[in-house]
Amino acid sequence: MLSLYTLLVFIFLLGPLVIISITSFEPGTVLKFPPEGFSLKWYKNIFEVSAFMETFRTSIVISLLGNLLALLLGVPAAYALSRYRFHGRDTLNAVFLSPVLIPGIVLGFTLLRYLIVVYNLPIVAGLLIGHTVIMLPFIIRVIASSLENFDFAVEEAAQSLGATRVYTFFKVVLPNIRSGILAAILIAFLESFNNVDISVFMTGPGISTLPIQMLTYVQNYFDPTIAAISVILMVLTAALMFIIERLMGFAYFTKR
Amino acid sequence: MSLLSLEHVSVAYDNRLILEDFNLSLQKGQLLSLLGPSGCGKTTTLRLIAGFLNAEAGNFMFSGKDYTKVPVEKRNFGFVFQSYALFPHLSVFDNVAFGLRLRKLKEAEVKKRVNRMLETVSLGGFEKRLPGALSGGQRQRVAIARALVIEPDLLLFDEPLSNLDANLRVNMRVEIRRIQQELGITTVYVSHDQEECFSISDQVAVMNNGKIEQLDHPANIFKYPASEFVARFIGFGNFIAFDGRNDEGADIELSRGELKFQAAKRPGGEGNTGLLGAIRPDDLQLLGAGADMGTGTEGNALTGKVQVSTYLGRSYQYQVETELGVFTVNQEMEQPFIQGQQVTVYFPKEKLVLVQ
Repeated sequence: MLSLYTLLVFIFLLGPLVIISITSFEPGTVLKFPPEGFSLKWYKNIFEVSAFMETFRTSIVISLLGNLLALLLGVPAAYALSRYRFHGRDTLNAVFLSPVLIPGIVLGFTLLRYLIVVYNLPIVAGLLIGHTVIMLPFIIRVIASSLENFDFAVEEAAQSLGATRVYTFFKVVLPNIRSGILAAILIAFLESFNNVDISVFMTGPGISTLPIQMLTYVQNYFDPTIAAISVILMVLTAALMFIIERLMGFAYFTKR
Repeated sequence: MSLLSLEHVSVAYDNRLILEDFNLSLQKGQLLSLLGPSGCGKTTTLRLIAGFLNAEAGNFMFSGKDYTKVPVEKRNFGFVFQSYALFPHLSVFDNVAFGLRLRKLKEAEVKKRVNRMLETVSLGGFEKRLPGALSGGQRQRVAIARALVIEPDLLLFDEPLSNLDANLRVNMRVEIRRIQQELGITTVYVSHDQEECFSISDQVAVMNNGKIEQLDHPANIFKYPASEFVARFIGFGNFIAFDGRNDEGADIELSRGELKFQAAKRPGGEGNTGLLGAIRPDDLQLLGAGADMGTGTEGNALTGKVQVSTYLGRSYQYQVETELGVFTVNQEMEQPFIQGQQVTVYFPKEKLVLVQ
């Protein structure tokens, strides 16, 4: 009985993905299930529509650059939050995590209102800042959780042996949270790469990300190209999640 | 001249003073233990010496120089942590070599010194292991080797054995004392375990509330605690508050109302001026009521009734109710006293000490 229930849940969760995957091989021009044949032509089409290639490149660049910025801000923040007990620590913790708690639409609109409208930033800069903001909480949270298993007496040991604080951070602390940092980068990358709600506000004429381009495409065409892209993104995501799981396990998702 | 001295040092944490006007000094080559219950300031003192904490006031002098403002990494002190604090990502060899490489020694010299040190702590052959693959005792030995290999001017231990099981603790403390004496290295050792401190130290400082209650050779502390706190901490379970004292005779004459007691003077004189008598449960003697107590035992005895009797294995422990309160007595005996029995509690005058 219980296994039947589990099976139904699985069908409910995975069914649409399976159907999308199958329909992506449809040879006709309209998305339908079951498909009437087998063809890779819509996969080929992805690479022929220049908008997809361009926005894919934009997405990658924004995600990687944003990731770098979020790391530069997030690693010191995570370190300070884990290492020290100071006044206002809990508040700061909440502030750093707030982008996860605030609905994306609200955050997106706010960023648009201030960065673009008030400060008149170029679109790329606004997009980059927006993505950095949504990646930051993931970076901080994952790295802080890997620092939680780190005994800071180890840091003191290094100092007592003659190491400066900076040397200790790079030679002792960083090597021990390496897998946490890698996992943080991958998770943040996924979060940014798949993001729609912030990007939809921050993209503009000539500059868009892949998910926004997909959205635009679906509004105009109903061919299986979108299904094909979806399959590619699913495979990419699954591969990254596999690596994350290998690095850290999924335990930190449920922690605190 | 002392190698190390803390002069009028104050340390505050979260606006609370942990140490206030604290003084301590130590001779070269000695092992000093800081002993006390948790929160007494012993770890704070150690971390202050190490340089992990800054003093609000006062000076830390080391070998004639002012070390108060010298940062941790410039002090050349070895520190052994309770949690071992090994570098988890480095092999045993690289852990021990860490300090030497920072001192820019040639790799051949590093290798020679690390290997010699690993032999000293009986860890030859473990060079390539990661700390995660070692037992607690082995980890602690790596930690000691790592601290010693830099030839520190001072060695600091923070409860190094409290994460080990009882048998290993005894072996390791003998090991620590052996290495310390072999290398003649001045050491400060923090523990809350009195047996551990007494067994390895040249000097023990018993601490309470950020103050040193008594600083002396372990045997002196064990026999002649200076204060009620020290007496209680090292197992003097019984106390009598006297109201009169006369030091003129061969023994100290004490009185409590109508009751008379005698306490032997300390050899070498200069005893304590206190009025509180203290005695260990092991040193009290229990006699059946009306038993012949022999000569010279006038006074120094109380009659009472056995309240509780418990079996400790090597001896029986009795709670005896007397007119001066309840006393705890440990006594080996073929035929134990039973609950409710009338007994006499006898206080040997050599064992009764006076504390402040």
